[in-house]
This record gives sequence, C-alpha cells and structure tokens, in this order.
Amino acid sequence: MLLPLSWLKDYVDIDVSAQELQKKLFGCGFEVEELIETGKDISGVVVGEVIECEPVEGTHLHVCKVDCGALGVKQICCGADNVEVGIKAPVALPGATVYATAKDHVTVEGVMTIKKGKLRGIESEGMLCSGVEIGVNGDTFDGGDYCGLLLLPKEFENGADVKPLVGLGDFIFDIGLTANRPDCQSIVGMAREVAAVLGKTMKNPDVSYTAVHSDKQIKVSVTAPDLCPRYIAHYVKDVKVATSPLWLRKRLNLCGIRSINTLVDITNFVLLEMGQPMHAFDCDKLEGGEIVVRRAKENEEIVTLDEKSFKLNGENLVICDGAKPCALAGIMGGENSEIKDDTKDLLFEAAKFARDSVRKTSRSLGQHSDSSAIFEKGVCEYMTELGMARALHLIEELDCGTVTDVHVDVKTEFSHDGRKQMEVSLERINALLGIEIPAEEAEKILTSLNFKVERNGDILKLEVPPYREDIDGYPDIAEELIREYGYDHVEGTFMPSAKVTNGGYNPEQKAENKLIDKLVSMGLYEISTYSFYSEKDLDMLHFPKESEERKFIKIKNPISEDLGIMRTTLAPSMVNTIVRNLRRNNMQGGLFEISKVYIPKQLPLTSFPEEKLRLCIGMFGDLTFYTIKGILEGVADSLNTKFEYTAAQKCYMHPGVCAEVSCDGEVLGYVGRLDPVIAGELAMDRKAFIAELDYEKLLSHAKAFKFTPLPKFPEQVRDLALVADSSVICADIEKEIYNACKYVTDVKMFDFYVGKQIGEGKKSMAFTVTFTPKDEALTPEKLDNFVKKILNNLKYKLNVELR
Amino acid sequence: MNDVKQVIEEKITQLKKKIAESIEKVQSSDTLYQIKMKFLGRGGELSEFMKVMKDVPKEDKPTIGAVINALKTWAENEFSNLESTIKQLELKAQYKTEAIDVTMPGLTKPTGAYHPNTLVRRELISIFAGMGFTVFEGPEIENDYYNFTALNTPKDHPARDMQDTFYITEDLLLRTQTSAGQIRVMEKAQPPIKILSPGKVYRSDDDATHSPMFSQMEGLVVDKGITLCDLKGMLDEFARKIFGNGVKTRLRPSYFPFTEPSVEVDVSCFECGGKGCRLCKGTGWIEVLGAGMVNRHVLEGCGVDPDVYSGFAFGMGIERIAMLKYGINNMKLLFEGDTRFLKQFKG
Repeated sequence: MLLPLSWLKDYVDIDVSAQELQKKLFGCGFEVEELIETGKDISGVVVGEVIECEPVEGTHLHVCKVDCGALGVKQICCGADNVEVGIKAPVALPGATVYATAKDHVTVEGVMTIKKGKLRGIESEGMLCSGVEIGVNGDTFDGGDYCGLLLLPKEFENGADVKPLVGLGDFIFDIGLTANRPDCQSIVGMAREVAAVLGKTMKNPDVSYTAVHSDKQIKVSVTAPDLCPRYIAHYVKDVKVATSPLWLRKRLNLCGIRSINTLVDITNFVLLEMGQPMHAFDCDKLEGGEIVVRRAKENEEIVTLDEKSFKLNGENLVICDGAKPCALAGIMGGENSEIKDDTKDLLFEAAKFARDSVRKTSRSLGQHSDSSAIFEKGVCEYMTELGMARALHLIEELDCGTVTDVHVDVKTEFSHDGRKQMEVSLERINALLGIEIPAEEAEKILTSLNFKVERNGDILKLEVPPYREDIDGYPDIAEELIREYGYDHVEGTFMPSAKVTNGGYNPEQKAENKLIDKLVSMGLYEISTYSFYSEKDLDMLHFPKESEERKFIKIKNPISEDLGIMRTTLAPSMVNTIVRNLRRNNMQGGLFEISKVYIPKQLPLTSFPEEKLRLCIGMFGDLTFYTIKGILEGVADSLNTKFEYTAAQKCYMHPGVCAEVSCDGEVLGYVGRLDPVIAGELAMDRKAFIAELDYEKLLSHAKAFKFTPLPKFPEQVRDLALVADSSVICADIEKEIYNACKYVTDVKMFDFYVGKQIGEGKKSMAFTVTFTPKDEALTPEKLDNFVKKILNNLKYKLNVELR
Repeated sequence: MNDVKQVIEEKITQLKKKIAESIEKVQSSDTLYQIKMKFLGRGGELSEFMKVMKDVPKEDKPTIGAVINALKTWAENEFSNLESTIKQLELKAQYKTEAIDVTMPGLTKPTGAYHPNTLVRRELISIFAGMGFTVFEGPEIENDYYNFTALNTPKDHPARDMQDTFYITEDLLLRTQTSAGQIRVMEKAQPPIKILSPGKVYRSDDDATHSPMFSQMEGLVVDKGITLCDLKGMLDEFARKIFGNGVKTRLRPSYFPFTEPSVEVDVSCFECGGKGCRLCKGTGWIEVLGAGMVNRHVLEGCGVDPDVYSGFAFGMGIERIAMLKYGINNMKLLFEGDTRFLKQFKG
C-alpha cells in the first residue's frame, strides 16, 4: 500500500527522516518495498517572474527577461502561448533537470538537463516550464494540467526553489503488508503503528458531523448475514457535486487515484485513509427506498459502473433495492443506481463483507477494484463505523450535501463488535521467545499498541484493540512484544532442553544418492524438468489413444495449456530437453532425471494418486544403442545385479532398436533409439536414445554384496571366435555357453563382424569365456574338454561353429 | 714342425684381425649376434681352429692352446662390450621412437554433473543431519487439509492468496509448500521431532524469479522448551556452514499462518560482507528463508500438546539458495537442461 509521509503527518508528529522511519518500520514488520520521493527527478528549478516579453518575428517564440530574485535576471526564449509580462512560472536554469516531453507536451519521455543555448540565434539561459515538465498535474497543483507555462501565485518569492512550493519533495512509502494485518491497509492503520514505533500519541481523524432530522424511511435487511456481518447505511440529502479542493485531490493523487468529483473523491479518500471501502447509491433510484443484502439468484444480471454486464449465481453477494441488484457487494456499484450530476439524495454504504465471498466473486467474475482488494484481506467493524462517520464529516466539510439523522445499522449474528479480553502469562511468553522482556517494558509496548493492560505480577490482563482481529493467543502477544522490543535481543542458543536425536538419510535416500553418483560418474548430467506438460507432448511421442500414459491427472487451473496435465512418463520431457539442446547447437550429451510420475487409481480422481519415481536417461549425438545400454549395465553393476534385455516395441522407439529391460524376470522399463520418424518431425539432426525405468522396482532388485572367499586356483580365460546364422542373437549364445559348462562364470562378447569373409546370412562373434575352478586347478586338458563341450552344445542348439 | 706353429699363429693373428674388422661397423644387436655365432658359435671359425689342434706337435700344444684361449677370451670380451654399447644405443632409439605428445588428451570419459538443486539439497541435509534431523518426503499431490487447513489456513483465510494454488479437484491440489509434510510427521510421531522435508512444490507463478515448479526444504523441531532463540541459534549455524564463516543472520517480523511469531530470515551479504553491493541490492542483507515458532493450533491439530511442547519450523527455496550460492542469474536455467549450464556443476 502507498503511504504518503505528508498524509501520515496529519496524525502523527514525525520527527525523524523518511529513511529513518523506513528502518523503524522494517524492524517492526513493515517492509517498505520502495521509498518514493516525489519530484526526485526535478532539480534546479526556481520561481521566475517575466519582466519583459518580446515576440520573435516570424516564430511563435518570445524572448523574455525573467527575474529570478537573488539569482539574477535571465534571458530566456519561450514558446508557450501563455507567456506574458507579470506572470510567475518555474524556471529551469542551466544544470537543472526536468522532464522531457513529446511533441504533445504531455507525454513524459525522460529526464533532461537544461543547458545554456541558442534558439533561432537568440541566447537563452534556461527554460520556462509547464506543470508536466516539473512533475505536477492538475490534481497536485492548480493549473498543473495546462500544456503551456505553469502559472505560480504572485506571493511565491522570485528565485525560491519551486519543489516545496508545488508540493514536490514528499515521500511515499510503498509498504508490503503481511496477510495478518489487514487493519494496516490504511493511512490511519499505519499511523497507529508509526505512533507506536516512534513512541508518539496518535491524533485521530475528525469524524464529527451535525445531523439534520429527516423523515425519510430507509429499510435495510441482510438475508445473507454470513457474507455480510455488518451493514451501515446513512442518508444524505441535497447533494451538490463539485470539484474537490486541491488538498483532497493532492492526497488522492499521491496514492495514484485521479480526482473525479467531491462525492467519488470522498469515498476514495475514506477507503485510503480509514481502510473502509464506501459506496454511494443514488437514493431516488432505489426502488422502494430499500436495501436488501442477499445472495444473487441463479442467472440474475447486473451491469456495473464500468458498463460491464455479469450473469450471477448463488455464490455472489449482491446489494439490492426492493426489486433488483444495485451493486456487487464490496466490488463495484451498479450502473442503475450510479451517482450522476443530477443526483439529489444519496445513500452511503459502509459494510463488512466476508473476505472469502468477495474474493470468490471477484475472481470468478474477473472484476476487481480497490474496494474488493481491501475486502478480500478483511475490514473490521470498528473501522466500518468510523469510516462512515469520516465520510459524513467530509460531506459536511466540503459542503456537498446535508447529512441527515437517517442512519440504519444492521448488526447480524455474525457481527463481532467489541473488544476481545484475554490474559497472558509473561513467563510463558518469555519461555517461547527464550529471552526476558521486563514486565514494565511489556506493559509499555502493549499500551503503545492500544491494548488496555492490567498487570498483576506475571499475568497481563489485556483488552485487545477492536481492529486487531488477528490477536488470538499468547504467541500473538509474544510477537507484538518482540517486534517492538527488537529482534536483535534474540540471541542464538542451541536447543539446550531438547533431546539428542539421531539424524541422517534413510536407506532409500542413501540408495538414491548412490545411484545419482553412479550416473554422474558415467558422464551424465542431471536435469530437472516440470512435473506437468500437455497432451501435445504425449502426441509428440505417438502414444496411442488407449495407452496407460494417456490416463493422466488434469490440473483444473493450469498456468497455461502447455502445462495442464501431470506427467505419466518422463520421456516427453527428456525428448524436449534434447531437442532444446540440439537447437542451441549442443550436439552431444547424456542426461538423466529421477522424478515422479503421477498415476491415478481412477479418473476422475477421488483419492490420492500414486506418485512413482522414474529414472529417465537420454543420450544424443554420434552414438549407438550400446552407449546407452552401457550406462544401464553400469547402473545394474552398481546395484550388484544384471539386467536382461529383450527386443521389444515401444511407440516412440525405433522398432529395430528397442529393448525391454528386466531384472530377475520383472520388467523395469524400456531402452531404445528414438524413432527416426519422430526425430524427423522434431527436426533433430542427431540420433537420440532414451531409457525410462521404474525407479522403485529398479532399487528393489539391488543385491547386498556378500563376500565369497577367493578361489584357491586361478581363473582361466579362453577366447572363442564363432560363426552363427544372422538370426542367432548374442543372448542365446551366451546362454548356451553357460549351459554347457558349470565352470563358466562370465561370458562377454568382444568382437562382431559381418562381411564377405564369413559369407551371406552369417555373422561372426567372438566371446571371452571365463572359467572359475572349484576344488582343483583347471588343467589345459580340462579346459580343452570344456571348450569342446561348449562348441558341441552351440552346434547342436544353435548351429554355431568355431570360426 | 715350427712351421705348423707358425702357420697357426699367423692364422690366429689373421682371425683376430678379421673379427676386429667385422665388428667394427656393426650397429644392431642382431647383426652382432650373427657375427658372434660365425666366429664363436658351434662350428664357427674359432671352433674350426680347435680341430687343427690335433696337427699341432705335442710340445707346442700348451702354447698354441693358450694363444687360442687368449683369442677366445679377447673375442668374447669384445663382443660383450660391443653388445652392451649397442643395447644402450638401441634403447635410446626405442625411447625416441616411442616418445609421445603428453599434451594430447587422455582417454578418460569426463564425469557428468549434478543438478544444482541436488548439490544444495545434499549440503543442506548434511548440515542438518549433523544436528539430528532425519529426512521425510511427503506426497506432491496433497489435499486441502494437509496443505492448508491443518496449517492454520482455513478456506476463507487471506493467506491463501499468498500462494496461487494449482487444483486438481475441490480437495486435491499440488502442494504449495513442503510444510504439508510437517503435519504428516506430527500425526504419526510424538516429540522429540527433528525432520527435514525437501521436495517439489507448485505455485501458479511464472516470471524471471518465479517458476510454477520449484523446490523447498522444510525443517521442523518439536520438543520441550524450544524457543525462538533456539531457532536463531540453529539458523546461525546453517548460515555459517552454507554461506561461509563470517555470515550472520537477522530475524525480522513476518507472517505465516502456521507459525507465531513468524520471522523472515536474512543473512548478511556474503558477497560484500554487508557493505552493500549488487547482490544484496545495497542493503547488506539477503533474504533467504521464512521461519517461526510452530502455531499452537497446528500442534493441537496434530495431537501434540502445546502446553507441554513447543517447536519451530523453517522453510527455504532450494533454487533460491542455489542461485545465491552459485550466482545463477536466471531461474529458468535450472529447468532447461542446457548442457552448457549443467556441465559446470561438478559437485
């Protein structure tokens, strides 16, 4: 919220600088996000009186002699149409900074520094300025909107700095409020805090007014008391709408609101100053002279002040007259009862609406206002009463109507009026904070925050200020105390009273760390991608209509359609990441991600879905399938197990370069080359390989290592170069080698050849076979015998022969 | 008979000369070996000599024999000397031909890299594990109760506005904070509780400093007599370990529905030492996390007696810490998977 220092000063005697106040506010919980100095860009501009003014022939220019008091008389060329002898205007002397404007003389295009120069050959020692050029407008200074010179009052002294004279040099605190302090979203609310932190007494705004008797009958009924706990209406007659006085316009302007007329300005002023949104109805337009606060009927319609039409439902609260909705409660008035120039009588509204109701309606209709912003955070009834009184006071002060004694105040059963009483123990507060706040100090702080305090030893009997609806128990009082007493009193301790606990990772987390370490050590980069994507990403990888991956969870209010569903597979995210890398000319790499997929037990979702971790690996560049398979073998090895690979089909994989990965007979997932068709569609000019495995299943196959005593006799190794039919696969040969001899403990293919030397329809594969002895050494004769058995078995089962 | 002796002696002299000549130009050990065999080997010229010994008169045999033996010893010496000289030369030549360019690249595959979040998460966990914290991971798809209501944020609470929530159904949502994990832990365990709850959270926010998905690390301590000073002490320790020894913390008032009092925690700028720089925007302090004393209602709701136990909780954005610690200038980089970015984080 915006808090102008000059406005604050109406209520608190401030004797510190704006910067110092900013620090103090920060310390007690109000972060000043920006300290804005009005007219910060303007410097070196003084009051000047035009004492001579001669037109320059053939131009629109005048050459003037301008009396700048002690600074001397300057010759200045001026093109403004209202320059003449006798006027006073702001003079920017050489070195001054003012706003540069576009040709329209209105649009600010930046800041410029004035230099001595020549216009049409005539020397000019500065510039006579308009309001825009020195950062004022019609709401901050009379005549400020005129695009010619800004005319200054005769009593301004020549040569004086213009800034303070035209109201520049004020400070505006842009304060970030926390959600528990809706009572501070007003000038008065912040004034209370400022007074407390500076140790001052706050002056209260004038809420006095004289009521004239009226026989006017106004009936107010609230049929939705849960959404409107309190409703106050007050009748004002003989309304005269006029332009607001400068002081009022200036205030609104500092808070970024344009002045409209006295009535509108008063409602805005009270909203800013008291934090109570107000509304004014044209009383003659209210059918039956009646106000009904109720839930809207289904499909009921309203046109708001800004001429937008809305269709309503039972969730929306409306303010109606005897027949129809006249306002969207707390958000905006209706066109049908709008205050116009011919309005004679009006009905002021100050109410408390439930914050959730205003928020929901405002969101669902997409209709927001300054008023709804305040109601959504919350108003208190104490300020509702005060706000009404302040508005009536202003009506009187600005002479824009006659305040009557027709005042209807509906307190529903949901109304919370009055002051909360509570008792807190200082000892408990200190125990929570871990420090000792002296009792006198505590009493002083709470009193300064408008608590009524009765101290009886350790016990403080408190009456909570009516606007502090957030105060609920002793921890809240602890917070009030420490934020005023100062957090610098909190000294670090190390849980002297806590039990010692045993910390660290659980076994699953340790296993995850180990797996990540392994993948990184094999050269892969870990990535993290969004948990949501869109159906288009599933289309991209050609997932069929009926596939499991299409049973996804939808987000009701996604940030964009591209991020609208919870992912059921990591592969699309991986492919997108690879594509992004290729587009950036990163032509080779290996990536992995361990993240969750979200699998509904049923759709639509009625219970928590399953969240399953997956391991996804993606490699791209000048590689083969065996590169990514090597990574998987490394993973298996780190888990002290082995995976089995069976040729398989997956919708997004090359049909000839894809395997199902399993372990101990359980399928873990797939590995393969991204289908060249998809790669083509994505304009990828490198091959990509993807593996996606069920992470929890994967880890469940990890085998604890067990020490086996070393064999007494050395292992023996034989290399076998074999020739097989093209259709025979490596896994079959490996299997038959193992089957033929129980001493075989490892079989590894190390060479592969297809070509003329072998003949059509044949291939050559060379294997290293390791034999591990058991109880006796393996003699060369025995080994020869084993090899013979192996070869026989291969010939018999697979028609494979020694090359 | 002297003739025979003379002839033989002469022949020996000639042979000696011949050997000397033939080894004079030898450069390889192979050639040397062949020559050696020719003269000294079985059936070599020297052994031929031995055959003529039988023609030597008996009285001359010792003399001639001694001469032949002297020749043999001489020759063997010559060969042996030459052999070692040649070997030295050959070794030198071998070294020379085998010499390589040691500046050419090695064959080791470069290691990969950790995601910055993983590095920060691990560092945080190891700091807090040392203080007795265990790790708990809750679900990302939560319900309204765990994410809001149990955290003292009922439906009409304005604090819900602080977090734009992604909803799946009326009740199920993507958790907006790892604080949801607090409740799940306290429901099951009685104090003493010291847990860390890291994980992904989601908010409907997307700009240069916000991402709709990010990671948090929540910490919770509940035990007897836990105070705000204990929170401060622990955070001081955390700040020193993660940002460096001289780093201090500062508490200032803030608001979270589930803690009371609530604080925002700043650390003194580790870049400029608190003097004011671009990183800390001239303030000397950097906001790193939110914390506070666990709200009584939250404890009560979880069946923990707030009159016996108290506790504190803190939560920080892992990406934020990573960005501060490594000077990452754009949050988007963390989720793009660009290898030029990733490869820098060797861990």
